[in-house]
Amino acid sequence: MMQPMQDLVASLPHVRPELLLAGFALVGVLIGAWGGDRLFGLLSALGVAALAGAGVLAVIDAPVAPVRVLQGAMVIDGLGVFAKVLIGLSAAAALALGADHFARDKDPRFEFPIMLTLAALGMFVMVSAQDLISLYVGVELQSLCAYVLAAWRRDDALSSEAGLKYFVLSAISSGLLLFGASFVYGFTGAIHFDAIASAAAEGGGVGLLFGLVLMLCALGFKMSAAPFHMWTPDVYEGAPTPVTAFFAAAPKVAAVILMARVLYEPFASFEPQWRQVVVALSAISMVWGAVGALLQTNLKRLMAYSSIGNMGFALMGLASGVAEGPVSALIYLAFYLPANIGIFALILAMRRNGAPAETVADLAGLAQTRPWMAALLTMLLFSIAGIPPFAGFLGKFLVFRAAVDAELVWLAVLGGVAAVVAAAYYLRLLSSVWFSAPAARFEPASFTIAATAVAGAALTFPVLVLALGSVQNWAEAAVRMNF
Amino acid sequence: MAITLTHYLVVAAALFTIGVFGIFVNRKNVIIILMSIELVLLAVNINLVAFSAHLQNIQGQVFAMLVLTVAAAEAAVGLAILVTYFRNRGGIAVEDISQMRG
Repeated sequence: MMQPMQDLVASLPHVRPELLLAGFALVGVLIGAWGGDRLFGLLSALGVAALAGAGVLAVIDAPVAPVRVLQGAMVIDGLGVFAKVLIGLSAAAALALGADHFARDKDPRFEFPIMLTLAALGMFVMVSAQDLISLYVGVELQSLCAYVLAAWRRDDALSSEAGLKYFVLSAISSGLLLFGASFVYGFTGAIHFDAIASAAAEGGGVGLLFGLVLMLCALGFKMSAAPFHMWTPDVYEGAPTPVTAFFAAAPKVAAVILMARVLYEPFASFEPQWRQVVVALSAISMVWGAVGALLQTNLKRLMAYSSIGNMGFALMGLASGVAEGPVSALIYLAFYLPANIGIFALILAMRRNGAPAETVADLAGLAQTRPWMAALLTMLLFSIAGIPPFAGFLGKFLVFRAAVDAELVWLAVLGGVAAVVAAAYYLRLLSSVWFSAPAARFEPASFTIAATAVAGAALTFPVLVLALGSVQNWAEAAVRMNF
Repeated sequence: MAITLTHYLVVAAALFTIGVFGIFVNRKNVIIILMSIELVLLAVNINLVAFSAHLQNIQGQVFAMLVLTVAAAEAAVGLAILVTYFRNRGGIAVEDISQMRG
């Protein structure tokens, strides 16, 4: 082990993306304290640049082999880089949407870009975590910022209720995570993933298994996998829409990647045991995400159930084991995120007389009043529903193939049924858009919102479809570096 | 009778269970939920310190320090959200936190 000071100095060049985010957040607080809310626009623009820059910097600094930094607390590797790109870019898109939305609502508060950046920093730590302490600190940094963001509209009863519910339920899951982590520590005598892995390979017994299951439940909560999903619809509905767009994208990636790390690094030798848990989480999420949405009329609640179901598909990838599973889960996430951000951009664009559209009925006849918006929405929903030739179909195809290869045929069949049921409610939305008598026209959307929606739709088709080969190569390289 | 690791673990497990029950069974006041969350985190700290002493390994105590710090931050954020909730609704009764359902 190197001396602490030398180790710190040697580590700093490897954590440049994290330093960029932390630096922006600290300097941004000072700038905001000095300039106040009139600098909201400037700080938001800087925040978008910092988040996107951190994602790009992660790629530029991508190492050839995993590099342990900060005395082994974090690792910089392909898996983390893949996740950081997705997190950085989707958080930048959500911040751009939020900056536009809050400026138009005359509610600009300069803390917004800073909170969102700190949440993204927490996710960056999560996806690079290499011991239990950095895992916990990353999760908590992300969660604490997320509670505040959910309650962002202080004067709105729904928003503060969403924040309160999220806080209470998430605090329980943090407690479970820690209780599990304390057992893992107690029964292996180590907090570093490598040391836990070697101790777990020699057995470990019931105590270690108990700790692992508690940690998996808590991570399932953070990614809103059923049966730990109960907070999701309420928080999605109550939180301001740009914040919901953020929640639906970046934290999911962070939680899935962190779960992949926990499963395949310290607990690789427990695969027969944890596979049952992950399969159960996956099956329940897919079914509940499909069935729960059927009766929803609120758009954001509908998207909440959609994200629960989609996490079930990503977990199906993780459950499939080392060979193809994590690769398919990574590709699934990469294909799911742009469609999700695009849909939330469109939801933000749907405003009449300053009031946002909230229910499916508000979209009636969109095809006649705003045909372009209807066309974009159709592309994005087709992609999320997994209808070819859109990118979402390829993502679903890859996780199904991984499940079949891992002899989880029944899970793949169940996923297929769930996908068909879920397609029913996406199509119900689209039938309202295309075939109902038109409601009043929406106000024109701002450039940021329109550009985000178009970019999301362009990524679902044709950009990501054509780039499937390179995304797949990248994901395979990322996974091969580690597992 | 000597106090062994098992005793500490039993106390911690009991505190953890009381904390979780306090969150789910209590239907009155959100402040009690905040207290229960603290109880859960302190149960974890007992676990960590007991394991640390048993294993003669300092890492568990470092972990416990970080848990204490984060717990303080968590309580601050939770109370702040509770204040905004109280301003909007004029009360913090648990059964009233149900404007959104489904």
